[in-house]
Amino acid sequence: MSSRAIEHFDDKARETFEHAGRTTVYGGELLRHPVYTRILHWTVALFFFLALFSGFGIYLPWLFRWFTPIFGGGQLSRIMHPYFGVAFVFFFALQALNWIQPMLWAPGDTRWLRNIKTIASGEEKMDPPDTGFFNAGQKAMFWEIVAGCIVYLITGIILWAGAKTFGRISVAISYVLHDISALIMLGGIFIHIYLSTIGEPGTFHSMIRGAVSEAWAWTFHPAWYKQVTGRDPVQACEEARRQMNAGSKS
Amino acid sequence: MADRKTLQAVMISGHTNPSPGFAMQRDLEVCKLVDTTTCIGCKACEVACVEWNDLPFTPTTFDNTYQTMPETGYHFWNLIKFNEHQNPDGTIQWLMRKDQCMHCADPGCLHACPADGAIVKYANGIVDFNQENCIGCGFCVSGCPFNIPRFNPSTKRVYKCTLCSDRVGEGLEPACIKACPTGCLKFGTKDDMKFIAEERAKQLRDNFGWQNAGVYDPQSVGGTHVIYVLHDATDPERYGNLPKDPQIPWSYTWWKWLFKPVLGTFALFGLLGVLAHHVTHGPRVPQPEPPKKDDNIGGAY
Repeated sequence: MSSRAIEHFDDKARETFEHAGRTTVYGGELLRHPVYTRILHWTVALFFFLALFSGFGIYLPWLFRWFTPIFGGGQLSRIMHPYFGVAFVFFFALQALNWIQPMLWAPGDTRWLRNIKTIASGEEKMDPPDTGFFNAGQKAMFWEIVAGCIVYLITGIILWAGAKTFGRISVAISYVLHDISALIMLGGIFIHIYLSTIGEPGTFHSMIRGAVSEAWAWTFHPAWYKQVTGRDPVQACEEARRQMNAGSKS
Repeated sequence: MADRKTLQAVMISGHTNPSPGFAMQRDLEVCKLVDTTTCIGCKACEVACVEWNDLPFTPTTFDNTYQTMPETGYHFWNLIKFNEHQNPDGTIQWLMRKDQCMHCADPGCLHACPADGAIVKYANGIVDFNQENCIGCGFCVSGCPFNIPRFNPSTKRVYKCTLCSDRVGEGLEPACIKACPTGCLKFGTKDDMKFIAEERAKQLRDNFGWQNAGVYDPQSVGGTHVIYVLHDATDPERYGNLPKDPQIPWSYTWWKWLFKPVLGTFALFGLLGVLAHHVTHGPRVPQPEPPKKDDNIGGAY
């Protein structure tokens, strides 16, 4: 698919889903995620957790066997896990098409990753000025999931069909690769949930209501803020600080 | 049997002598001996297996050999593999090998199985599948070096030879042994069978000119509880892909029992890590924050 066709497909999808819902952006807020993106995100999340929980019982039964009754027992977990996985990969593929443009790696992203210590420790109150719609951490996670989905799909089909079709050695190798992919995503999901909720307050409702506050935008994604408002993020922040100080003194 | 042993009388009231059988040692480990040199390919063992285990009819395939079907099935656990082997001197050998579960001392299927209680190994060496616990993932198929477990798509469970654990538990020999007319199949303790097999191999070497005759009891899976006497133990592959050096994949040994739990725990540390970050560093909040106080008044403890 050419990039034009992808863009056309995404535009069409966003437009269609805009009729299925609504995004209210109040004063002092910016539109972050349209209805289409939000629906995709939560569909992906749903199937991710269904696949994760149904996979736990197969991964380490002596520790996670208590997950299997959720799906009606070990047999049903085993039967449904591949279907959950395929749905996860399918909806994430749509999300990947939707996000491929803002997720492309930019020169500033490598710098962002090198500075991750100062950002994570909170030393840097605001993200670097060239941080766009997505920061390098989000991009890294996105591309990890893209790679992970490819690994899941190939190894998953081999495991699904089994040694009878693909031979016992390819199953044995797939078994390990499937696990590694799942372990990376399991570690990643904790960071993802943490940062999008209590780690960086104000982020969560970008996926619920679709809007974020301007302060959130200039703090975490200054380049994006500048692009959509035309204002300088640092100046905007300073202005808000002056107003706040003036308000607290009166 | 273990349960037999617990019910063995060691003292008897009003009985002066030691009780009968007291202090008698009995080897628990059972073994099936298949002497491929005396198998005539009559298939009596195939019929006996289907009969005793009450397996439904499986259609046979005729492919111009003396083999009933290409390979064992979920309703056909015991198959005489037929191979025509040409010797270097141009003579032809018809090789008959009874193919069934080998009941490995170190079973690859059991290592690969993620379902609690679906595969068990008994003290007597029998490896048995409990289908009520099987989740039908099929990992046992890839764990088995002998290509034995068979997935039944209608029940979504895996089946294989039980070494007639129900018969053996009652002190009977497996059904295939009972049916064998030539004495090519024998059943007893592992030590006894190993002894008989080695004697027979020696006989083949000394008296029949099979210099490479030997016993197949692969140590790479800790030995098996089904052993073969082969005309040529250096090339078991010719007997219908009997692996020379059966191996259990690394995935089901080191990866499954060491790395899986360890790395899984590491992944869960991710959860602890982010929570620790929140406690020690706190959230990153949108700027500007409310003005800070210089001295953190309150909360001295």
